[in-house]
Amino acid sequence: MFDSLSERLEGAFKVLKGENKLTELNIAESIKEIRRALVGADVNYKIAKEFTDNVKDKALGQENVLRSVKPGQLMIKIVNDELVSLMGGAAEDINLKGKPAVVLIAGLQGSGKTTFSGKLAFHLKSERKKSPLLVACDVYRPAAINQLSVIGEQINVPVYKEPENKNPVQIALKAIAHAQAHNHDVVIIDTAGRLSIDEEMMQEIANVKQAVQPQETLFVVDSMTGQDAVNTAKAFNDRIDYDGVVLTKLDGDTRGGAALSIKYTVGKPIKFVSMGEQMNTLDVFHPDRMASRILGMGDIVSFVEMAERQFDEEQAKRLEKKIKKNKFDFNDFLEQIGQIRKMGDLKHLMNMIPGMSKMTKNLDIDNSAFNKVEAIIFSMTPQERQNPEIMNMSRKQRIANGCGHSIHEVNMFLKQFDQMRRMMHKMSKMPGMGAGAPPTGGGKAARGIKRRR
Amino acid sequence: MSFFNKFFSKEKKEDLDKGLEKTKQNFFGKLAKAVAGKASVDEEVLDELEAILISSDVGLETTIKIIERIEARVARDKYLGTSELNEILRDEIVQLLAENNTTDIEDFSPPSARKPCVIMVVGVNGVGKTTTIGKLAYQFKQQGRRVVMGAADTFRAAAVDQLKIWSERVGCDFYSKGMNTDPAAVAYETVQYALNNNCDLAIIDTAGRLHTKINLMKELGKIKRSISKSLDGAPHEVLLVLDATTGQNAIEQARHFTEATEVSALALTKLDGTAKGGVAIGISDQFKVPIKYIGVGEAIDKLQVFNKRAFVDSLFE
Repeated sequence: MFDSLSERLEGAFKVLKGENKLTELNIAESIKEIRRALVGADVNYKIAKEFTDNVKDKALGQENVLRSVKPGQLMIKIVNDELVSLMGGAAEDINLKGKPAVVLIAGLQGSGKTTFSGKLAFHLKSERKKSPLLVACDVYRPAAINQLSVIGEQINVPVYKEPENKNPVQIALKAIAHAQAHNHDVVIIDTAGRLSIDEEMMQEIANVKQAVQPQETLFVVDSMTGQDAVNTAKAFNDRIDYDGVVLTKLDGDTRGGAALSIKYTVGKPIKFVSMGEQMNTLDVFHPDRMASRILGMGDIVSFVEMAERQFDEEQAKRLEKKIKKNKFDFNDFLEQIGQIRKMGDLKHLMNMIPGMSKMTKNLDIDNSAFNKVEAIIFSMTPQERQNPEIMNMSRKQRIANGCGHSIHEVNMFLKQFDQMRRMMHKMSKMPGMGAGAPPTGGGKAARGIKRRR
Repeated sequence: MSFFNKFFSKEKKEDLDKGLEKTKQNFFGKLAKAVAGKASVDEEVLDELEAILISSDVGLETTIKIIERIEARVARDKYLGTSELNEILRDEIVQLLAENNTTDIEDFSPPSARKPCVIMVVGVNGVGKTTTIGKLAYQFKQQGRRVVMGAADTFRAAAVDQLKIWSERVGCDFYSKGMNTDPAAVAYETVQYALNNNCDLAIIDTAGRLHTKINLMKELGKIKRSISKSLDGAPHEVLLVLDATTGQNAIEQARHFTEATEVSALALTKLDGTAKGGVAIGISDQFKVPIKYIGVGEAIDKLQVFNKRAFVDSLFE
């Protein structure tokens, strides 16, 4: 897919082996590479240029280059630090002062406003013990109100709606009154998607903002947005002067350069990132992770968290017990494969691990790697799946016939399984070690927003 | 009446022009500035050209390709002034689209003469699949064809309702089994419905999904297979909907959806915004899938057939 920046920079510096100092001459090529990497990640062209000019100044200013650090690595460090500092320090919280606190959500069509509104309500309810009220102010798109209602039901948060009323200002004001009367401390107003050049619609959102005087206005933007991110972010900022940005659909493989473009252009903090269709997939923004992502250097932290999110805590505990008792069986193994599959494309996952993209580049990895194993297990009887030790020659032969693989392959797998099982059992007995296999305590960590920086 | 007038009426042209206004200003304005007062194409002009193309989301690879072609052209033809460069650039982009695309479709005729003609619509979340289906069905309906919409997005909240409202607006048939039902079954039965009710077309909506979600992409393959089982040779079209505001990730989308479902046509939506639409050139360059439709507004009649000449002309006029 993408060549990582580090790989490209290594290439750019190859010709300069032996040189340990960064000079105008020897960094010219790498500056170009960095710019291309940024542009390839959808960072606005002009911003990429300004950014690399900055980086160049910084790089040339580096007096004494450590001997142990290669120039390519040094450049990456400079670029990374610069990116992180540009995108802001610690995550900024949203303002919830007010009775009720009003949060206004705005953005383009299809950016994910309604889904985000639901996630925010769920987050405030479950993590902050708030009592939110969702308000359906998208009076245009067919079934938009229903969509919010369904989400409200899912997360058990009431939704204020007036299907017959086509005036978003009125609906919003009445909703706030309703919230006051019913002890809701946060009101989240979902609005219609609009283009920044649609004067009438932009006036409408400005009117809503003027009328409800929100504590927090959030601009929702699709992380896959290209060069246009700058225009849209600026146009919305000019009209509604939002307090923060929400990046959605980050669970895909977009490099998300729009994040940098927007931060650079309007200077507003990115407050949340949204990574999936489930209601509990809202996270605060981590500039360092975003920097690695934009640079195509992998995002190990998100990888681990994605893994955690998929593993269910109960299941992990059960598994831990089984491993300790040396009872890990084929059913558990199947379950594990299922978990890995749920996380997505293997190659994509591998690419999230720093340094792996280089190794997997020419490798054709696909999830069918597990197909053989699954076929073998599926050809076992329930009794065999639960009791790996009862395997004998005639059973193996039957399994081989059933799954269409040779008995040799069946034997190989059984041997590997046995080794793995023993290893896990051994590890589980070591002090301070968990189950060994999957990260445990997943659910909590994944939702533990407060625990993170 | 000329072919152009017939299929690209003045009004439609205005929509597209309006939508592309921003693009035009960018492309043309900057280009004029870049070459003003210059006697020949030098490094600086090409750099500026690169900037223009990239800031229109054309993408690095395609930009380099276009620039290389222009360099070759310039070396060959000994280009001189601004107007020639404009012409050359326009030519090369049209050429690039022509090389990688099949011929332009001329109107909203069904993609296949088979009856019912089945169109399966796919794409990532929020690109405008349902809206595009509504607009497309409207066009077919205007021609007096009988259309059924199949609500196989049974996942996203209220997706079925949204499609249903569109079917009412269009005045076409609608088939659904409700939310949280098996999308493959809905697709299968929609085709059966079309067969039993003498429909000319069946358009099947699917849930938005990110192309990196392997299981969801597999589900899409399954939906497609169930359509084939329902009617041999169907679907006759797999339409991938792309959002014009999307950057380089659109190329990955095109790649993965093509792998999963053999996409046969593209629709580019939200071209009425400030997005440049340059992504179309990039995708057309890398995949042999034609761009068929463009969305230029929220109203029911704001869908147009893609015409590369008109599209590129609109960029430079």
